Amino acid sequence: MSTLPSAERSANETRFRAFLDSHLEQEMLRFTTAGSVDDGKSTLIGRLLHDTKSVYEDQLASIRASRVNRSGGAVDLSLLTDGLKAEREQGITIDVAYRYFSTAKRKFIIADTPGHEQYTRNMATGASTADVAIVLIDAKAFQRAGELLPQSRRHTYIASLLRIPHVVAAINKMDLVDYSAEVFDKISAEFAALAKRLGLKSVEVIPVSALAGDNVVEHSTNMGWYRGPTLLEYLETVPLTIREAADGPLRFPVQLVVRPNAEFRGFAGRVERGEVRAGMRVKALPSGRVTTVKSIVTYDGELSVASFPLSVTLELEDEIDLSRGEMLIGENQNAPRVSSAFRAMVVWMHEQPLVAGQTYLAKHTTRTVRAAARRIAYGVDIQSTEQRECSQLQMNDIAEVEFDTSLPLFFDAYAANREMGALILIDPVTNATVGAAMIIDAVEPLGKSATQAAGAVFVWLRGLPDEAVALRDALRSSGRAAVIVDDPLIPEASLPGVVRALQLVDVKAISARPSLGASTVAAIQEVAGEGYIESLEGASKCLDGSSNSRETQ
Amino acid sequence: MLYSIGKDSSVMLRLAQKAFYPGKIPFPLLHIDTSYKFPEMISFRDSYAKEIGAELIVHRNEAAIADGASPWKLGTQNCCGALKTRSLLDALEEGGFDAAFGGARRDEEKSRAKERVYSFRDAAGQWDPKNQRPELWSLYNSRLRKGESIRVFPLSNWTELDIWLYLYAEQIPIVPLYYAEDRLAVIRGGMITLVHEGMRLLPGEKPELMKVRMRSLGCVPCTGAIRSEAETLPEIIEELIGFRRSEREGRAIDHDEEGSMELKKREGYF
Repeated sequence: MSTLPSAERSANETRFRAFLDSHLEQEMLRFTTAGSVDDGKSTLIGRLLHDTKSVYEDQLASIRASRVNRSGGAVDLSLLTDGLKAEREQGITIDVAYRYFSTAKRKFIIADTPGHEQYTRNMATGASTADVAIVLIDAKAFQRAGELLPQSRRHTYIASLLRIPHVVAAINKMDLVDYSAEVFDKISAEFAALAKRLGLKSVEVIPVSALAGDNVVEHSTNMGWYRGPTLLEYLETVPLTIREAADGPLRFPVQLVVRPNAEFRGFAGRVERGEVRAGMRVKALPSGRVTTVKSIVTYDGELSVASFPLSVTLELEDEIDLSRGEMLIGENQNAPRVSSAFRAMVVWMHEQPLVAGQTYLAKHTTRTVRAAARRIAYGVDIQSTEQRECSQLQMNDIAEVEFDTSLPLFFDAYAANREMGALILIDPVTNATVGAAMIIDAVEPLGKSATQAAGAVFVWLRGLPDEAVALRDALRSSGRAAVIVDDPLIPEASLPGVVRALQLVDVKAISARPSLGASTVAAIQEVAGEGYIESLEGASKCLDGSSNSRETQ
Repeated sequence: MLYSIGKDSSVMLRLAQKAFYPGKIPFPLLHIDTSYKFPEMISFRDSYAKEIGAELIVHRNEAAIADGASPWKLGTQNCCGALKTRSLLDALEEGGFDAAFGGARRDEEKSRAKERVYSFRDAAGQWDPKNQRPELWSLYNSRLRKGESIRVFPLSNWTELDIWLYLYAEQIPIVPLYYAEDRLAVIRGGMITLVHEGMRLLPGEKPELMKVRMRSLGCVPCTGAIRSEAETLPEIIEELIGFRRSEREGRAIDHDEEGSMELKKREGYF
């Protein structure tokens, strides 16, 4: 460069700065790929990376030299993405892997997720942040089966469940069906029907051959009948939905109170929805206090406006009580739901199943609360996407579940806004992330006493038989087994043994006996430990107001 | 925050400054010094930490260094194990740190492509790729039991090009070794190795002046330079776009055997 004449050099520099600036402004699109072992997913990604010249020579040389080649092609492009040792050995992708490439138009992040049945959780993980889902459909396998394979339906369902804005079906292995327009049309029609049933709004279908390179980056010369975009063209032009989130009402969950000195107190966080302006009237949740945004502070100077997904520090006019886990919203805008009970679609991600009555930690925006699973409303059969009976959630199961939380959450429906409707469930003992939940709506909070009785083994509502019945029914409706142990055939002396037997089968015992001997109480306490509850707040007024004033014994 | 003095660390540091502004970074920087770092790195580290007012902790595995640990004596795997991995685990334990930021990126290496943003380590500091917590949306599970720790990789989704563009856009200072200059070097095992004080030349090696720069900074004996004319950030970026070889190619540790980075990470490597 130093050998160039100075005029040419400065022209070069100007051009280069323009290039840099355009790169800094470049849009980013995240997409997820789902496919089963033989759909050729890794080959497709390898093809995208290879044909966009995103593979380095040394990487290419290393896969050329590899002893493994399962592809049937000259170079096994799937080796570019199969990262971990176990995968290289077994020939399957076992976790979510992220890949990066860019073209002149956009930058891309690929979440490459496995298609194995037991790995629904990984697919959901990749889908949670994706703008586009690529569902791979093996044309040859379709021809053989005469219908979409279960995994293709499953992937499409998960894309709809996680609300990925755009779904594109890549009909792969077209080379193995003689590039037949007829086969493609049949698959397209089936896929369109599925997409319609699942309520997908933006759907595209593209015939490709990842192995041969047809319609991935380059237009195919083998399918003159196809006039649509190549897969890459589609990815480069599909509209991003970032604007939608920025157009909604303000949601600013506080991450951190910044207090560098006595003069400054600011609230740091990310604008999760909408925009905030200096001078805007805002309301704090849960306090309901209203104040004005004094300034939007950043390292690069003050801003007059900040919108999703910018992270900023807000300085407020008034000293109000506000801390991590709380939220600022626009005073005159749509408020989020504020509730300590909600129903949500749950993807279960752990070997230990979810059962009604279990308590988890729920992390929602910057707030972490205790959440008890009240009831499993129904499970989803992931093959047929129809509802089914469900008493517990095994790993990779999907169900609608109702939860009660220890503190209210401030949320929007996941369908309206991903950030404000999503939460993760954490096991409070092992700290494992056990589930992902997408809020549908608030539900009526449980009666206070039923919530309190959630962890009970034995509840003694001394001389309150109606309340005992109401409590039993409330517990049952929340999916917890409970019985009243005041049957005349159970003498008091047997009560501790009965309570113990019920405890072993996870059934709560309730008694309204007017009196119990001290030794009986001690024996029950020994059995029940902290699950011994003698009085419940509000129990005497009854749980749902349905009781009348029948005389107690 | 694990601070390696490299370009990625420099970006991560700037992000931290921004995140806590107008407050200061509320945690110390930790540098694991193998004693084989380029002298330019050490002087840059000390002056820059001072300039931005950050607390700096430097940790060395003095016992192993006194024992003469070196890649020639132990091989690169074991040398890294002693001077980096062991040293890092000791430093984290000594400081009582249960979380540490690192500047690793998923695009660097195949096994890193599966790394979580919050990478969970058991009580021995080890990584089990089959026992990682799923990460959905931007909701991270940071809960730990005693003895467990988390490495947090905020640059997970950045590419090498992103890093350089950001350094340029933010005008962030970096170690001058990244810029091309005439430097004395020898070619050893196909790698351009910079000549430094106390280095023993092998028979037949004659140091030559070459116009080179470092694409990635590590230890002197194990990090190769590349021939380059790029003297400014825009020139580096231009060169990078034309590159057809990956940045870790010049790092000996990744190539010891197939899957070597994954093995190191399982043991507790950064």
